[in-house]
Amino acid sequence: MNSSSAPHRQPVIRTQGLTRRFTRQKKSVEAVRGLDLEVGDGELVAFLGPNGAGKSTTLRMLTTLIEPTSGTAHVAGHDVVRERRQVRRSIGYVGQGNAAGHQQRGRDELVSQGRAFGLSRAAAYARAEELLDAFDLTDQAMRPVSTLSGGQRRRLDVAIGLVHTPRLLFLDEPSTGLDPQNRANLQEQIRRLHDEQGTTIVLTTHYLEEADAIADRVVVIDHGRVIADDTATALKAGLGDLVTLSFADEAAAVLAAEGATWALGDGARVERLGTTVRTRAAGAANRVARFVTDLDAAGAPVSRVEVSGATLDDVFLELTGRSLRENDHTTSEGAAA
Amino acid sequence: MTTTIDTHLIARPREACLPSPPGFLADTWNVMVRELRPVLREPASVLFAMVQPLVFLGLFAPLLPEVESGSALQWFVPGIIAMTALMGASFTGANLTQEIVSGSHERLLVSPLSRSSLLVGRSLKEVVPMLMQAAIIVAVVTPFSFDLHLAHVLVGVVVLAGFSIGVGALSFALALAAKDQDWLFWTVQQTLIFPLLLLAGVLLPLEGAPGWLRLASDLNPLTYVVRAERALFAGTFPVDTVGSGVIASAVVAAFGLLVGLRAMRASG
Repeated sequence: MNSSSAPHRQPVIRTQGLTRRFTRQKKSVEAVRGLDLEVGDGELVAFLGPNGAGKSTTLRMLTTLIEPTSGTAHVAGHDVVRERRQVRRSIGYVGQGNAAGHQQRGRDELVSQGRAFGLSRAAAYARAEELLDAFDLTDQAMRPVSTLSGGQRRRLDVAIGLVHTPRLLFLDEPSTGLDPQNRANLQEQIRRLHDEQGTTIVLTTHYLEEADAIADRVVVIDHGRVIADDTATALKAGLGDLVTLSFADEAAAVLAAEGATWALGDGARVERLGTTVRTRAAGAANRVARFVTDLDAAGAPVSRVEVSGATLDDVFLELTGRSLRENDHTTSEGAAA
Repeated sequence: MTTTIDTHLIARPREACLPSPPGFLADTWNVMVRELRPVLREPASVLFAMVQPLVFLGLFAPLLPEVESGSALQWFVPGIIAMTALMGASFTGANLTQEIVSGSHERLLVSPLSRSSLLVGRSLKEVVPMLMQAAIIVAVVTPFSFDLHLAHVLVGVVVLAGFSIGVGALSFALALAAKDQDWLFWTVQQTLIFPLLLLAGVLLPLEGAPGWLRLASDLNPLTYVVRAERALFAGTFPVDTVGSGVIASAVVAAFGLLVGLRAMRASG
């Protein structure tokens, strides 16, 4: 576990041994276990993990919604237990539910949120207009929130979280329940907020593609612990490419399996299943063309080649033996092989 | 992670550009205005809590015998207004339940609004629908055998205001305790409301009631509020009766706010 990407920036979030225990039916469950984490100013971090991994519990502790059982957390320089009000003033929060009351109107909610942060009446109204415009909600501003579409409501949620222009924004499962188009729009808005305003953003997600697409840094959480912490690219590069070669007969496959160990990269992991050879190695994609030619010259012609870069799911599978795409409890085929 | 960094070195966001934090009163006002907006944007929503009282007014009041001191309506209307106040204020927690389920309550909890202003602002708002409802009922009955003593009625609604605030706060406490289980909220609310109304003599006088029933009635703060309302709506001002009503109303307000504040602070 190494967070090499974090410490050179000043941390806006720092946790030490952060732990949260719940008691359910007289059994004590540790949702978050001794989390040590630093997030630097201006980072865009995704907490990635399956449902129940402890991502949201971590976020709820960092946003003062629940108290840690033990350990400490400082957010924007304030202790999340002793200085809750200061923490609340310093952060923006977009929860899993809807920020706007369903009986309310969007503009009213933006204004009352602005007033809660101490904006004057005029400033609160001006800011509301600005955000309605930025999130393309001007036409829906005076409709009851309950009549808005899922995508419109989610945009309103994010707008409400941004009323006071926070330097640090938390988003809990921001795109859950959105259709692919709305999800892409939202991701673009989050990305832009980070790029243009330099806002530090921490979001949780169980969508691999989302973490991959928008986050600079991915913190993989499983069973309440951080099991990996790096850029998505570095996490995937560490795992290497997967090259699958198929042959007409088993003898050729045996020859290829022997050769692959050195030909496709240092530390290549090779497995042969009948006439198929699967190799995972860093940089294997770059070497496979040469290897195929060599095999052909050696009298072992390749009948089929498949090359795929590692996905974050592969990373998760490698770390936990389970696939993120599947249900938490099913062990994937890959792990059994 | 072994690096040790002093807390004060952790970068703080541009807090300086934010105006100074609003105090309790400004927060409370903000919460109250937020709660009132849906009511004012859709005033017809106050009718929801009035359905049952209006049914009693239309279908029950005509069955009452005329009394010597005046029309039955003159006696019945103040009780119905108190009933409406109780209904409206006790329903109000359902809105909070809805906000707990949908997520907007969570957003308010993460905002800098203080827990106490979240409760007090919501509870104070109950006065407004109560006033609207009382005005509707008075307007409906005035063409019939009901004499309007406006100044007395105004004192009456002031007495009711404290009661509404207290019941509203209790309703919020119930919603917070029930969390997202709205069936629990409605079960408790419905179980309590009719015994309170009957024991306060809203529908029928309790003068001829057995002793245990009168004892229970004496313990019900609504009894004193209803008695005060009846005296005031009749155009009289007996200081002891009105005084007991004011005290009962204040006790309900204080108790409700106390319980509500504890519930709100405990909720996170």
